[in-house]
Amino acid sequence: MKALLDYFTSLPSDILLADVSFIIIAVIICYLLTKHSKWEWLWGWITSTDHKKIGIIYLLVSFLFFIRAGIEALLIRMQLAFPNNDFWVFQGDRFNQLTSTHGTVMIFLVATPLLIGLMNVIVPLQIGARDVAFPFMNSLSLWLFISGGILINVSFVAGGSPNAGWTSYAPLALNDYTPGPGNNYYPIGLQVAGLGTIMGGINFIVTILKMRAPGMRFMRMPLSTWAMFITSILIVYAFSALAVALLLLTFERLFGTVILTGGEGNPIIWQHLFWIFGHPEVYIIALPAFGIFSDVISTFSKRKLFGYPSMVFAIILIGFLGFMVWVHHMFTVGLSTNITIFFALTTMLIAVPTGIKIFNWLFTMRGGRIRFDTPMLYALGFIFTFVIGGVTGVMLSVVPADYQYHDSYFVVAHLHYVIIGATIFGVFSGVYYWWPKMFGKFLNEKLGKWNFWTFGIGFHFTFFPMHIMGLMGMPRRVFTYPEGEGLGFLNFISTCGAFLMGAGVLFFMINIYITTRSTQKNTLRDPWFSRGRTLEWTIPSPPPPYNFARLPLVKSREPLWEAYENGYKNIDFIGEYEDIHMPNSTSLPFFMGIGFLIASFGFVFEIWVIAIMGMAVVFLLMGIRSFQHKSGIHIPKEVVMAEDKGAED
Amino acid sequence: METTDPKHLYDTQQAQMNILAFWFLIGAEVVVFGCLFGIYLAVKSFTGDGPGPEELFKLNEIMVSTVILLSSSFTCALAIYFLNLTKKAWTLLFFLITIVLGLGFIGLEIREFTLYVGEGASISTSAFLGAFYMLLGTHGVHVLFGVTWIALLLVQLWLRGINQETAPKLFIASLYWHFIDVVWVMIFTVVYLIGKV
Repeated sequence: MKALLDYFTSLPSDILLADVSFIIIAVIICYLLTKHSKWEWLWGWITSTDHKKIGIIYLLVSFLFFIRAGIEALLIRMQLAFPNNDFWVFQGDRFNQLTSTHGTVMIFLVATPLLIGLMNVIVPLQIGARDVAFPFMNSLSLWLFISGGILINVSFVAGGSPNAGWTSYAPLALNDYTPGPGNNYYPIGLQVAGLGTIMGGINFIVTILKMRAPGMRFMRMPLSTWAMFITSILIVYAFSALAVALLLLTFERLFGTVILTGGEGNPIIWQHLFWIFGHPEVYIIALPAFGIFSDVISTFSKRKLFGYPSMVFAIILIGFLGFMVWVHHMFTVGLSTNITIFFALTTMLIAVPTGIKIFNWLFTMRGGRIRFDTPMLYALGFIFTFVIGGVTGVMLSVVPADYQYHDSYFVVAHLHYVIIGATIFGVFSGVYYWWPKMFGKFLNEKLGKWNFWTFGIGFHFTFFPMHIMGLMGMPRRVFTYPEGEGLGFLNFISTCGAFLMGAGVLFFMINIYITTRSTQKNTLRDPWFSRGRTLEWTIPSPPPPYNFARLPLVKSREPLWEAYENGYKNIDFIGEYEDIHMPNSTSLPFFMGIGFLIASFGFVFEIWVIAIMGMAVVFLLMGIRSFQHKSGIHIPKEVVMAEDKGAED
Repeated sequence: METTDPKHLYDTQQAQMNILAFWFLIGAEVVVFGCLFGIYLAVKSFTGDGPGPEELFKLNEIMVSTVILLSSSFTCALAIYFLNLTKKAWTLLFFLITIVLGLGFIGLEIREFTLYVGEGASISTSAFLGAFYMLLGTHGVHVLFGVTWIALLLVQLWLRGINQETAPKLFIASLYWHFIDVVWVMIFTVVYLIGKV
C-alpha cells in the first residue's frame, strides 16, 4: 500500500491530474449508467451492426479524442505564449510528447474517423441501401479504431507518450535515441487502428459498387458518396503502405533489425513509406469534406450543383494525383534534381482539379436563393480558408522556396489551414446538416452561429500569424524562443486565438447538450425547408433500422428535388412491402478489439506471453465467427408497412 | 440455401460481395508486398559484416520449396474444380493435399532460417538480412494463416457439405492461396535468382 502511495506521489503533477480526472469521469459515468439502468442500452449500442449507430459511435469517440488533442493544443499554445516561458511541466521532452500526440491523435484518431463516421451514417442512405455490405466488418472496424485509439491515448499515463513527432522519423524514433515503451505505442497503436480503417475502406467500396438502389447509376450518385468512394480506394492502397512502414518500425524497435539506422541501413526508407501513405491521407481527410460541402452548398443555395461531371472528374483526378506527390514532403532530403522537379510539377498540378471544385461551388451559389444556416456558414468559411491554404500549398511546391519554408511555422500554418479548413469545417458542416436526419432534432441555430463565428475567427487568429512567424524563421516543434526576435507578440495573438477556438468547441458541446435534453422532436423527412435533393431526405428522421421500407426508384441525379419540381411530396418507391432481412447484433467485434488491445500492450512492453494471449483471443474469435451461421433477423412485412404508414402521417 | 446445384453456388448477393471485397483485399496485399520488395531492393547491397545473397542462398533447397508450393497451387485449383462439380470427397482430398504441401513449405522455410541463423546470419546482422527476413517472414506467416484458414473451412465442408455458404468461402480461400503463390514466384525471382547472379 505504501509502495503504491509512493508511486503516485512520485508522478508528475500533470499525469496525476490526468489520472484523477480519468477516475472521476469513469466513476461518474458508471454511476449515471447504473442510476438510470442504462447498461443494457449501452450494450445494445456496443453490439449493434446498424451502420447508423456505428457511425454515431465513430463520431462520438473521435470527438472525445478531438477534445483531448485540442487540450494538448491549448497546452502547447500556453507554453509558447511568451518568450522564454516555463509553463507547468511542458518543456523539452514533455513538449515533444505534446506535439507528437497532438499530431498523431488529430490525424489518425480525429480527422479520419470523424469523416468515416459521418459517411457511415450517410452513404447507405444516399445510395438507397438498407445497410453496408459487411455490417459485421463495419463493427469490427469501429472496435479496432477504438482499441488503437485507447493505446495511443493511455501511452501518456503508462510508460510515456511517443515523442518523435507525428511523423516519427527514423533514426530519431529508433531505440538508440528514444528508448523505452513510449515510441512503441506509435507503430503498434496505429497498426491496429489502420487495420480497421482498411477494412472500412473495402466495406465502403463494395457497398457503393454493389448496393445502390435501382436506377442509381454512377453518374447519379450524390457528391458525398462519390467522394467517399474515391476516398475508400485511397484508404485501401495508402493505409497498406502505412502498415508496412509501421511493421518496419516495429521490427526496428522490438526485434533489432537495422534497416532504418543511419550507419548500416537507410533512414530515408521510412520517409518514403510514410509519405507514400501520408500524402494520400491528406486527400483521404479532404475529399469526403469536399463531398459534404458540395451537398450542403447545393441544398442551401437551392440550386443544382454546377458542373456535376467536372466535380466527379476533379475528385478522381485529385485521388490519382494524390499518389504521385509524396516527395514534396522531402524536398530538403537532397534527392536528385529531376525527381524533385517531377514531384514539384505534380504538386502544382493538383491545384487544377481543386480550382475546378472551388469555381464550381462558387457558380453553384451564383443566382441561388442562399440561406445562411450553420452548415452553409461552415461551407462558406471553408472556401475562404481553403483558398488561403491552397495558395500557401502552391508556394510550398516551389522547390527553392521550400528550402526556406521547410520545418518552419509556415508549414504549420499551411497544414492547419487545409486540414482544419477542409476536414474540421467539413465535419461541423456535415454534423449540423445531418443532425436532424440522425436524431430527429435540429441543433440550435443560434448557438450554431456562435460556434461558427468564435471557432472561425479564433482559427484565423491562431494560424494566420504562424505564416509570418515561419517567414521570420521560427522553426516548428520548439518549446520556446528567445526574446527580442519580434516573435512574442505574434505568438501571444496565436495563443489568444487558440482559446477562442476552444470557446467555439465549447459552444458546440453546449449546443449538443441542450439539444439532447430538449424533448422537442422534429420528425420531418426533409427538415431543411424542403430543400433536400438526395435520397436521405426521402425517409423519416431518424430513419428506421432498415432505412427504406421499400426501395426507391432513382430516375435522375436529384430524385427528391425532381419530385418536388413535378409537384409531388416524395419520390416513387417501387415494389411491394416484403420481409426485411437485417444482420444480427454481435459482441464478437467488441471482444476482438479487446483481444487486440491486450496483445498490443504485450507488444508495447515486450511481454510476449501477453502478446500471444491477446492474439490467441483474436484468432479464436475469428474462428468462432467463421463457424457461425449468419441467419440474421427478419422484420415481418406487416411491421414494416405499419411503420411506413405511420411515418407518412 | 441448401441448394447443391453447381450453377448457383456463388449466386447470392453476399457471396458476390465477399468475392469482390476479397479482390480489393488482394489489392491491398499487393501494396504490402510491393513495399516489402521495395525495402528489400533498397537495402540489398547493405550487407555490412554479414554474408551477402550469393554466399547465403542455396538454390537447390529453394527449388524444392518452390516446387512444393507451386504444386500446392495446382492441387488447390483441382479442389476448386471438384468443388464446382459438388464432389465433396475429392474436394476434401485435394484441399488436404494442399494443406500438407503448405505445411511442408513452412517446415522447409523454418529449416532454412535456422540454418542461416546458425551461420551467423540473424535478423539484426545487416540491413539486407533484416529486409530479407521481413519479406520472407511476412510471406511465411501468410502461408501459415492460409493453412489454418483452409483447415477450418474443411471442417465446415466436412460437417455441412457443399452449399452456398461453404462454396464461396473455399473459393475465396483458393484466391488467397494462389495469391501467396504468385508472391512466392516473385520472391523466388527477385530474391533468390537475382541474388545468385
